[in-house]
Amino acid sequence: MQYDLTSLQPVLPEIFLLGAACVVLIVDLFLSERTRIYSYGLTLFSLVGAIALVLWAAGPEKQVLFDGSYVRDPVSDVLKVAILGVNILAMAYGRGYLLGQGIYRGEYFILTLFATLGMLIMASAGNFLVLYLGLELLALSMYALVAFDRDSLKGAEAAMKYFVLGALASGMLLYGISMLYGATGALAFPEVAEAVASGHVDETVLVFGLVFVVIGVAFKFGAVPFHMWVPDVYHGAPTAVTLLLGSAPKVAAFALALRLLVDGAAPLAAHWSDMLTILAVLSLALGNIVAIAQHNLKRMLAYSTISHVGFIFLGFIAANDNGYGAALFYTVVYALTAAGGFGLLALLSRRGFDAENLHDLKGLNERSPWLAGMMLLILFSMAGVPPTVGFFAKLFVLEAVVNVDKVWLAVVAVFFSVIGAYYYLRAVKMMYFDKPIDDQGIVATLDGRIAFSVNGLAILLLGIFPAGLLQLCRAAFAG
Amino acid sequence: MTADWPILSIVIWLPILGGALVLGSGDRAPNVSRWLALSVAILTFLLSIPLYTGFDVGTAQMQFVENSPWIPAFDINYHLGVDGISMPLILLTTFVTILVIIAGWEVIQYRPSQYMAAFLIMEGVMVGVFAALDAMLFYVFWEAMLIPMFIIIGIWGGPRRVYATIKFFLYTFLGSVFMLVALVYMYFKSGSMEILAFHDLKLGMTEQVLIFLAFLLAFAVKVPMWPVHTWLPDAHVEAPTGGSVILAAIMLKIGGYGFLRFSLPITPDASQTLDWLIIAMSLIAVVYIGFVALVQQDMKKLIAYSSIAHMGFVTLGFFIAFRIFANPAVDSGAVLGVQGGMVQMVSHGFISAAMFLCVGVLYDRLHSRQISDYGGVVNVMPWFAAFMVFFAMANAGLPGTSGFVGEFMVILASFRADFWFAVLAATTLILGAAYTLWMVKRVVFGAVTSERVAALQDINAREAIVLTSLALAVLALGLWPAPLIDVMDASIGNLVQHIGVSKL
Repeated sequence: MQYDLTSLQPVLPEIFLLGAACVVLIVDLFLSERTRIYSYGLTLFSLVGAIALVLWAAGPEKQVLFDGSYVRDPVSDVLKVAILGVNILAMAYGRGYLLGQGIYRGEYFILTLFATLGMLIMASAGNFLVLYLGLELLALSMYALVAFDRDSLKGAEAAMKYFVLGALASGMLLYGISMLYGATGALAFPEVAEAVASGHVDETVLVFGLVFVVIGVAFKFGAVPFHMWVPDVYHGAPTAVTLLLGSAPKVAAFALALRLLVDGAAPLAAHWSDMLTILAVLSLALGNIVAIAQHNLKRMLAYSTISHVGFIFLGFIAANDNGYGAALFYTVVYALTAAGGFGLLALLSRRGFDAENLHDLKGLNERSPWLAGMMLLILFSMAGVPPTVGFFAKLFVLEAVVNVDKVWLAVVAVFFSVIGAYYYLRAVKMMYFDKPIDDQGIVATLDGRIAFSVNGLAILLLGIFPAGLLQLCRAAFAG
Repeated sequence: MTADWPILSIVIWLPILGGALVLGSGDRAPNVSRWLALSVAILTFLLSIPLYTGFDVGTAQMQFVENSPWIPAFDINYHLGVDGISMPLILLTTFVTILVIIAGWEVIQYRPSQYMAAFLIMEGVMVGVFAALDAMLFYVFWEAMLIPMFIIIGIWGGPRRVYATIKFFLYTFLGSVFMLVALVYMYFKSGSMEILAFHDLKLGMTEQVLIFLAFLLAFAVKVPMWPVHTWLPDAHVEAPTGGSVILAAIMLKIGGYGFLRFSLPITPDASQTLDWLIIAMSLIAVVYIGFVALVQQDMKKLIAYSSIAHMGFVTLGFFIAFRIFANPAVDSGAVLGVQGGMVQMVSHGFISAAMFLCVGVLYDRLHSRQISDYGGVVNVMPWFAAFMVFFAMANAGLPGTSGFVGEFMVILASFRADFWFAVLAATTLILGAAYTLWMVKRVVFGAVTSERVAALQDINAREAIVLTSLALAVLALGLWPAPLIDVMDASIGNLVQHIGVSKL
């Protein structure tokens, strides 16, 4: 192939990010904690620059490069901008937190950049191997990030659990991929789909491989019954890392599911749709019910993540463009709200105090009405109450499901979301109706506060004007 | 007919944006936020008056219509409009909000800007519920009401406010989500999100019954009907006075409005088949809840139960139409029943608001709502006693007050359907008088029972303004209900005609 600008332009975001990660790696060696702001600045700059490059190469047509390994299509554009944007917010929240907890090291930025690179590769994967490559790059960076606080026992335990379970799940995924490859003889997704659709391949082998692939996908999302790592890892990791883990990687997991199940195995939709139905119902039920028992806010949000994953799966179950567009909208909105939810905990923490329990939210309306107001929007968005964008995310997914005559599934989903509303209400109650137990002021950094305000207001504004983002998500699949 | 200027949008967004402004004004200068809130409320009311003066009473078509695309991917439009059913309720909302803001003037000392802002935002959202002609727009406004109410009860409420507000939120949320599924289902069946298109949508019997039950869950909890009424006594008792007033005066009416706008026209056959269920629930509410009200010791709880009983009249009036259709010997009365229900809604809006404000006046002074703590209030607060007795009479349904008009119309309509329905419904005249007047007797009349009562001050100018406005409204509607009935006539006639036709 030609290595000129036209064929390299779509890949520029990844190249740029890789270069930036290497630059930050070197630069940070010469920085002390006082001057680490330069690493932070470089990281932000590289994320913004990557967004600019994605938008520069963006367009309605699909481009396949490097012998089918790399795909740039409208879906990947949306996914990449979402991943990069959410990570910008995460950086802003994380810096202040790390400063306060005394773990303000440059590796945070470097590992984040590598993880982001992995996510971008997953979004643009054209065959099984490249997808797996991106997945492992993301996973390994995240394992290291979870163990970021060397002196934390919880963190070490969380990292071990994440690593072992993650390696197991990756192994399962790889086993499933090997089955699919063995059956179809192709690695690139379009060829795999063609081979499956042709009917010459033994369906038993395909479904067998598909089961393992779905297991791998379910693990990455954190769907029941492959969810056991989620609460412990979210709880044990430092809040800045939980924030990173809970937001953009969900968008990457969406990319994983999309490339594998839709691009690669769309003819088998009847099979994986049924599998996902079981996972979705279990996730909705377990996530919402067990979250009620939690007193640690990070664990509560972890279980709520599981329930949101159930909703995302509903979009996939519909198995049509309508459903995928709705699932994409939900995932992007969810990443935004998760970033905000954990972001508040990062903002409330300071030197010698790590905010992670529900009771740390008490009386936030008295301490800072603005922060409490933004968190109110974020919590009600997670609960799915209008006029926040979370309601529309749920609405579009429900519409996709009702459209394929699975009304029972919609009823189950809304029923469990009402159960789920309770723990969000409890958090709002803590903020507004209780007296604060923490008498010290909030020492959040300015960039963290600005990021949080942008986060909260975006949720309100997108809730009043959801048409733009929805159109973007649907157009990504229409082409 | 389309509006020359977007009056409905203004009446919705002015209080919402005004509320945001009040929120921003903060608590450093509380009087600034109070006066700002009051000005916004009065301005909104004045801007809503053209809805009445410019209303064409001869037509059942939607008026002051505004329509622009909102979410084109799902045919969701920003579609607003009013007819004879929603317009009086909008005016009720804008009027009562002014009174609520005046009532909370001195009482609310903790973060008054947030308090005022919450009520203003809620006002805009409630007007949005009444004006929405697109199903999703309606649902967005319907659910959005819950957030400010949740905050109001939870921050400024009584001792058990957290229990009450979470119960209120989850109860109403549970009811509403099934309505969401029903609306989405109908969207796919009809290809449009227009409520009026749903009215014309042909549906099979099973579909109608399921959709009717989904709507019933949502509206029965809002109204509230027995047996899903248990959130109301807690919410009313624990809410601050202003919260109770808005809950009773407006929020309950939204449930009744939902029946008229959704359940009856969209699923007429299911409504016909299941009319016995609604009528039974309504009559139980009227009779049983009347007895429950009789034994209450807390004044606010008594008025809360009285609200449930009065709303039982409303739902009775709406569904009695189907009994009349089913009875071939009777050819009229259906319109009377629905009109009676509507008048009862507006009247109850004024009366219950007034009763809660009266209790609020007493509570502000003595910090107790227990009947046993009072007695002989007339000796120290004669003006207040006059108002309280007047509103109590209105609550009991005294002819000359608005309470009588609605009840009389519904009883007449029930009589046309079935003699025994009328008898049971008419027991409210006895029970209503019993619990209200007995409470008034114990609280207002007799000798002064304690030193604390002896030290009570009579109502000040602010309270007098509020109570006088309501008294005038109750009296005007009671003596001359024609302006209200004329406005509603065409729309209700159209509705009754529509529900008389089977969709199968």
